[in-house]
Amino acid sequence: MAENTVPEKTHLASPGQTVGPFFAFGLDYAKKHEVVFPHSPGAIVLGGTVYDGAGAPIPDAVIEIFSADSDGSVPRSRGAFRRDDHSFTGFGRASTTDDGHYDFWTRNPGSVNGEAPFFAAIVFARGLPDKLHTRIYLPEDAERLAADPLLSTLTADERDSLIATRTPDGGLHFDFRLQGEKETVFLVY
Amino acid sequence: MTSVESDRADQEAFSSSVVLEQTAAAPESLLASPDQLSQAEITQEIIDYHAAADAREAAGERVGMTLHDYPPYRSSILRHPTKNPKLVDPETIELWSPAFGQRDVAAIESDLTLQHTGEPQGERMTVQGRLLDSWGRPLANQLIELWQANAAGRYIHQRDQHPAPLDPNFTGAGRVVTNDNGEYKFTTIKPGAYPWKNHVNAWRPAHIHFSVFGTSFTQRIVTQMYFAGDPLFPLDPIYNTIRRQADRDRLIGQYDHDLTVPEFSMGYRWDIVVDGPDATWFEPEEGDH
Repeated sequence: MAENTVPEKTHLASPGQTVGPFFAFGLDYAKKHEVVFPHSPGAIVLGGTVYDGAGAPIPDAVIEIFSADSDGSVPRSRGAFRRDDHSFTGFGRASTTDDGHYDFWTRNPGSVNGEAPFFAAIVFARGLPDKLHTRIYLPEDAERLAADPLLSTLTADERDSLIATRTPDGGLHFDFRLQGEKETVFLVY
Repeated sequence: MTSVESDRADQEAFSSSVVLEQTAAAPESLLASPDQLSQAEITQEIIDYHAAADAREAAGERVGMTLHDYPPYRSSILRHPTKNPKLVDPETIELWSPAFGQRDVAAIESDLTLQHTGEPQGERMTVQGRLLDSWGRPLANQLIELWQANAAGRYIHQRDQHPAPLDPNFTGAGRVVTNDNGEYKFTTIKPGAYPWKNHVNAWRPAHIHFSVFGTSFTQRIVTQMYFAGDPLFPLDPIYNTIRRQADRDRLIGQYDHDLTVPEFSMGYRWDIVVDGPDATWFEPEEGDH
């Protein structure tokens, strides 16, 4: 990238704040966690639990994902907030349940430009003062995972915190740990 | 049944339900604590943690605008990462964001005063502004979501137990997609301050929650807009998770008399700037997948 051609930033960003306790009615919409229509060809469940530093589930978190389609194309279809049940928008949002669980219906993202496939993910929660970015990598492509510019800089434990587990039914399991020994690796850009 | 027997029966009914404790506790019970600090103690913590962040920055540490590790906001204690985030170059998918268009929301969704049969209680207001990137470029066709308490400081959320009235004519949630000039506008009711149980006599300054998408997923933000001159500012741990006054100032909607409509509504202006790494300077090409 020709970074020397990027001009100086002229505007300071608006700082982020917590999503607070009472976001449910503000961030809700129909089928928000159904990135694809449930049980449609290629549809999988991506799910897991969001944990705090004491290992307790977080019942008031919101997870958002955005990913490429299975062929590695970047979704440009509109309608993430008005699902038509066939356009792939790549975006989903899930609130955690009382047990801290979230899940999405989506598809396995393909590799974009030869990169290791992953879901871009953001965590919001009551008690979390600002968003947290992370990635949910697919477990299969060992070669691309080994070559990934982020994963290759991490310790084994850190790396494991970013790679989902394949479930027997073809779904993906991924837990977010906001704090503690197995803390998920979070990203800034 | 005597009252003693009745009490015992209640206790048995309670003990037989303890299995429910396996589910996570509701937020309000986590916040309520017999050993809560006073406002004076919290205010001092706010000052001390700002000073500590300044000192870390002076020592060369990269410190963000919003502090994740901020004990005055009590419910953050077990929910903030303790390791430094990894600085990465965004990959392709992170430089894109879900696509939105004017059809994705109905026009009426940006007017929170028209969602019910009657007029909501309170001071009718508009808030409008532009969505910009770090170089001041307006971002068209991006989604902005908004939610808030009503004029009495009560959220419609079922766990909000603040004994202020709900308003049958006000839900408090809206959406809009920015126009070709990156502009947005909501019509709503000025929200009230509301109490929360972070510490003794804790009150949040009046605020409106905003959820904003940029052209790049890295630019996504959720934040809160406040109103100028609120006396609760120095007392509020959430507002003060942002450590510098200059940064906090950018979350304040400014009263603008030119936006006020005679005999109808008070006008506020608030521009939103989404940050992004240098890579977001480049407009991705449609074929660059």
